[in-house]
This record gives sequence, structure tokens and C-alpha cells, in this order.
Amino acid sequence: MQMHTEKIGLFTVARGESGSGGDRTVRPRRFPHALPPPLPPGYAKTMALEFTDLCCSRAGLPVLTGLSHRVEDGGITLLRGPNGAGKSTLLRVLAGLLPPESGTATLDGIHLGSSRDAWTEAVAFAGHLDAVKPQLTVAENLRFWAALLGAAGIDAALDAFDLGALADRAAHACSAGQKRRLGLARLALVPRRLWLLDEPAVSLDAAATTALTRLVGAHRAAGGMALIATHTDLDLAGAATLTLSPAPPGITTGPARPDPFLADIAR
Amino acid sequence: MSPLRAVLGRELRLALRSGGGAGLGLAFFLTVILLVPFGTGPDPDRLATIAVGTLWIGALLACLLSLDRLFQTDFEDGTLDILALSPLPMEMTVALKCLAHWLTTGLPLVIAAPVLAITLNLPGAAAPWLIASLAVGTPALSFLGAIGGALTVGIRRGGLLLSILVLPLYIPTLIFGAATVRAAIDGTDPTPPLLLLTGLTLAILALAPFAAAAALRINLR
Repeated sequence: MQMHTEKIGLFTVARGESGSGGDRTVRPRRFPHALPPPLPPGYAKTMALEFTDLCCSRAGLPVLTGLSHRVEDGGITLLRGPNGAGKSTLLRVLAGLLPPESGTATLDGIHLGSSRDAWTEAVAFAGHLDAVKPQLTVAENLRFWAALLGAAGIDAALDAFDLGALADRAAHACSAGQKRRLGLARLALVPRRLWLLDEPAVSLDAAATTALTRLVGAHRAAGGMALIATHTDLDLAGAATLTLSPAPPGITTGPARPDPFLADIAR
Repeated sequence: MSPLRAVLGRELRLALRSGGGAGLGLAFFLTVILLVPFGTGPDPDRLATIAVGTLWIGALLACLLSLDRLFQTDFEDGTLDILALSPLPMEMTVALKCLAHWLTTGLPLVIAAPVLAITLNLPGAAAPWLIASLAVGTPALSFLGAIGGALTVGIRRGGLLLSILVLPLYIPTLIFGAATVRAAIDGTDPTPPLLLLTGLTLAILALAPFAAAAALRINLR
């Protein structure tokens, strides 16, 4: 594998040359959802996720300062960096939950911010919270997400993380790792082009981590893309790495805009 | 199963299971109304004069009691993130959550109120108008409360702030709701205040989901 690094903005991007299109031992037929949707005429034929000069602050402090990266069709990028480097913030921006202060992001020609519905239908987000209701059983939790997201059934999702035996167990009786598996199983419910995973391997055991890499591999084999923030090493051959570093103190995001309201008071 | 039924069914199930807030409002309402005669003394005439106000304020506070849970638990466990990214518009999700809140909190109050009104010596002729005014008015309490719940969702123990935000918004509903029943007791026509209450509720049902959804989106950032 060849590695070379690129300097983009404040960030060093290490790219590993991907050898194959993915792990072909998995059954891609189970995940037909990740096939790229047909493009309407007039759309740029760029089947990729690309973001340019993303800037974002949280609580007034700059977190992302001019971040650019590109994930090709069927590509995986692992987000690395110390705590507070902006990995979760980047994932929330790309999920469409947090509007960036400046910069652009496009996914298969769809612009973030301009066509919100099309964007959210192309993205699956699994944050560091599992979105599991403790009062409901494992199957009830999954069935709710299946109905909401328009999935046909929950069997594939139960199988993906070996949750069949736990299906009727109340989620409050599940361990942290089992809840994590339940949260991640949501990814296997419906077709999404881009997966945004925030520390997916936390509290997973070895078997579940393997199941996760297999699921991501199948997603990629079917042409899907993924951005994964992780501190643990995931066995994903050919994944690129985007290393984020915390914004140095004193950096501001973009030109300072005077608050019109305060300016009025000062006058 | 359609997404609409899925959200509504889940909300009802969560409210009715252990740890849900379904019985809380009704228990509070019951306690308040049954305690009032002990506080004011058992004089039937005095009870009759305060009956309408007590019943309506009791219903209002009972609704308020479980509002801080409307979005808080979903916010804390990450469900709100996924709901915001679902194909269902946030406004619709909010409206369904409010509907579920009314079904588990407001509706039991409507049913219990005429029975409890007897302990406060409310004239029998006014009972149907009490039911009507509460049935029309309590949905507005749930929907207005959603605005407060959405604004305070990021704040731990935001219940107090929620009450301060929401109680002033409840005043018009309280005025027209109580006026309907009082008119029935006084023998004047109770229809005008009831119609005003209905109009008020319809406007709130139409507008509140948009306000609450906008507040939630800001809090999810």
C-alpha cells in the first residue's frame, strides 16, 4: 500500500492507495440499498462526497477551520485526531444537523444546505449516542426505526449484529455493547449513500467489531461511502485517513462580522 | 406501518410503560382538586364560586407537569438527532408528539373533570360546558407546551424555565375556557367564549409545531 500525505488548510491528510473495491467475501446482494441512485439530468456526474473549506464553531470557539476532503464512490475515510479536534462536529455538519459557517459540501452533486431533504435521504448518521429507548424491547426499537425510515423488515438488521437472540429483551436490560450493536443495526435497515459513524466501535467486543467492519465492507462493496471517526483500529483495507488537529488558539473562522443589533446600540 | 403511526404508537407506548408520564398529570389533578375543599372549608356556596377556576388551573398545571419530558429524553439519548434526519418533517414529528401528550395527559383530565367537579359543587348544568371547554382547550396546552419544551430541551432541569415561558402563553386559553363554564353557570350564552377558545386552539395547533420544530433544530446544533 502506498501512502502519501497532503497538506490541506491546517490539516494533514494521509491517503492510502486503495487496492481493491472492498472486501468481496461479504454478500453485497444483502445491501442493494447502497447502489447509487440514478442522477437526474443536469446534475454533475460526480459520485463522491466532497467538502471544501468547511468552517464551524461551537460555543463561539472555532473547531473546524477550513477543512477540505474528498471521499470517492465506494471510499472510506477514517477520521483521526485527539479529543476536541472536531471529528464529531464534522460528522454533525455533514449529517446536516449543524450548519457550517462557511465552506461547501456536495454529495453526488447534491449541495448541503440547498436541498435538505435530498441530503438527509442520502445520509445515515450514528452518533456517539445510541438512540435506544430503554423501555422498549430490542425488536420494538428496531421496528420503530424501520417504519420511520421506510424499511421492509428488521431481519437483516437483527442478523447484521447477531441480535436475534436478544430481540425480545427490554433494552434497559442490555449491556452497553448490546445497545451499541442495536444502535448500529439501524444502518442495515435502509439504503443510504453516506454513513457517518462517530466512534462506532466503542464498547463493542471483538465479534461485534468484526460484524461492524463486515457491514461497512458490504456497504462499500455496494458503492457506499463512509466517514468514520475512531480511536480504535478498524480492519478496513484501503481506507483513507483524515487527521484533524485542534484549532490553535487565536484562530477565528472567517472575517469577524459585527453584530447589527449591538452596532445599533453602540450608535 | 406508516411513519406517522410508528411515531404516534411509540410515543403512546413509551408514555404508558413504566417510567412514562401518562398517569402523572391525572394523579396531580386528582390531588389538587380533592385538596381544595380541605383548604377553603366545606361551605358549598364558596366551593361553587371557585370551582371553575380551580378545575381549569388544576388542568393547566397537570398538563405542565409532564411537558419537560416531551423532548428531553429523546434529546438526551440521541433519538432527536435521528428523528431530525428521518424522512418525516420535524414539524410533523412535533405535532405527533403533542397529540400523544394530549391523549395521555389532556384526555384523561377531560374525562375526570366532571366527576371531580361534583366535589367542588359545580352546578350540574355547567358540567357539559366544562367537558366541552376542557376538550377544546387542553390540546392547546399540549401544543403551546411543546414550544417551551423545545426551547428548554438543551437545559438540564429546565422545568422551571419551561413553566415561566409557558404559563403566560396559557392565559388566553384559561380566560376563554373558564369564561365558557362561568357563562353556563350564570345562565348567559356560553357559545361565544367557547367559539373564541376553539379559534384560539386551532391557531395554536397550526402554528406551534413550526415554532417548536424551529427551536429544536437550533438546539440540535
